[in-house]
Amino acid sequence: MRGAALGLRLVTLAAFAVFFIAPVLWLILAPTKGDNALVTSSPFSFGSFHQVSLAWRHLDAFSDHIYRHWIGNTLYYSLSATAITLAVSVPAGYGLALGSFPGRKLVLSLTLISMIMPGAALVLPIFLELNSLHLIGRAASVILPFAFFPFGVYLAYIYYLSAIPPSLLDAARADGAGELQTFLRVALPLAKPIVALVFFFSFVADWNNFFLPYVVLADSNQYPITVGLSNLLSSTPSFNPAAGGGGQSVNIFRPELALATLLAVVPVAIVFVLSQRALVRGLVGGSVKE
Amino acid sequence: MSASGPISKHPGATRKRGPRRLRGLPFVLPYLPLLIVFGIAPTIYAIDLAFTNVAGGWVGFHNFVRTYNDYRFGPAFKHILVYTSIWLCLLVVFVVGLALLLHGRAGRVSATFRFLFYIPGALAGAAAVLVWLFMLDPSVSPGSFLLRDVLGADIFAQSIAPGNLAYIFAMIAFWTGAGGWIVVMYGALNTIPPDLEEAARIDGAGPIGIALRLKLPLIRKWIAYMVILSFATGTQLFVEPQLVNQASLGLVPDTWSSNQLAYQLAFRYADFNGAAAIAVDLLAIGLVGAVLIVTRTGLFRTDD
Repeated sequence: MRGAALGLRLVTLAAFAVFFIAPVLWLILAPTKGDNALVTSSPFSFGSFHQVSLAWRHLDAFSDHIYRHWIGNTLYYSLSATAITLAVSVPAGYGLALGSFPGRKLVLSLTLISMIMPGAALVLPIFLELNSLHLIGRAASVILPFAFFPFGVYLAYIYYLSAIPPSLLDAARADGAGELQTFLRVALPLAKPIVALVFFFSFVADWNNFFLPYVVLADSNQYPITVGLSNLLSSTPSFNPAAGGGGQSVNIFRPELALATLLAVVPVAIVFVLSQRALVRGLVGGSVKE
Repeated sequence: MSASGPISKHPGATRKRGPRRLRGLPFVLPYLPLLIVFGIAPTIYAIDLAFTNVAGGWVGFHNFVRTYNDYRFGPAFKHILVYTSIWLCLLVVFVVGLALLLHGRAGRVSATFRFLFYIPGALAGAAAVLVWLFMLDPSVSPGSFLLRDVLGADIFAQSIAPGNLAYIFAMIAFWTGAGGWIVVMYGALNTIPPDLEEAARIDGAGPIGIALRLKLPLIRKWIAYMVILSFATGTQLFVEPQLVNQASLGLVPDTWSSNQLAYQLAFRYADFNGAAAIAVDLLAIGLVGAVLIVTRTGLFRTDD
């Protein structure tokens, strides 16, 4: 009886593991095969490394190395936005946690609401605003909206609320440190875990964002990889028979598209694995005491 | 608490020595422009556009009525409601179920499964959609037998038949997001004091009884959080139908979801006021969701 229950439990968990992992595994194996082999061979078979390099040459040749541009753009947008986010949200979280100024509560509430509100809800309003200011189609029209990351401010706020006892700050002040030095000497050195956490969430969110760059950028040379992938999709004949002839001439078939998708998630996957432990704690750490 | 430090020689430090009641404000200042320009201003501007016409004249609810009567408005909202409902059911049943199953397991096994479930989160957005376009293509999918038996699809176009889309999008969203929520729920379950569980066990409760009558009520507010947040997020659906539209040769309309309709109004018809009206509809849903979470679940602290 107990054994059966345990078995059922494991079978359920394993079945879900297959559901979550099989598509990822397929994606990793797909570029090792040619388009025909994808159809004829077993879905989880390994082709050859030669096919991978062939697929890469096709992908790289597409539209004059545009794939490299897309990856480069995405790195540029995500890293710049995340750098601004960090520079802004760590002090802001500190100020909100240990400060006392009029409007503090209001800033906190607005931060909280814009953090919980789905980001996509603000995309069209931001587009309309930037459009009226004629700021469409620039790198800054992606980076600056990305840099507004209220979740980062909230994480820093929650962290400083519990990480620094006010008496520590008083001690620093009594030693003759000004407010700025107090922050630099006491708060900033303690910020390491929060920097890692904010970096993770901000970088991943920016890297994966599709809607905002799709809306505010017009030139395909400026696209981040997410929008670039949609461009590639339109050139893949198996998904878009209209591109049939085009598919032949640009050599973008399913293995190339799979490789493009796979390479596009590598940076996020690296960040994921690196921060797995911190994440599992951090996701809940905010308001629940463990 | 004394706020008066000795005079600093550093330039720019003068402000920091201001009255104690302004303490902390300088640190928040660099953040405020971002909050105002990309949080508050677009919201106000969208509301302003939604209630005016091209010439800037006040038109009351005209834009809302006009977009409501658009023949694409009803179907788009129906689609996202059906999609969101399916997704929420999947989340509540399986996220909570799997978290409870994992919580009873030994540390190692549980951690491995949590990590496996979490991996697809790295493929959020466009990448996930592409992966699932492959999975839905019977000619290459490892699950082609499922596509034939469950969806009756022999070719890709049949897989993404309009009637299937809400289910497909719900499954993609579940695939990418469930792992993260399982981690959250698992973390919440860990906050339940072990002696509480021990006491229930001594009282003769079995593992299922403990899960349902003790654990479930204790993570109720996290479930509420997940449901409200996912509801608000679900209504904003954009990238999934947009990509499927591109891969379907127009079989799937480019106004499948409400956000797509707003996008089309703005980009194809340059009807910014109509687009703003729909954006405000969606913004209102998001806002109500956010306010509910903050005021009702008590999960987020705004005071110390």
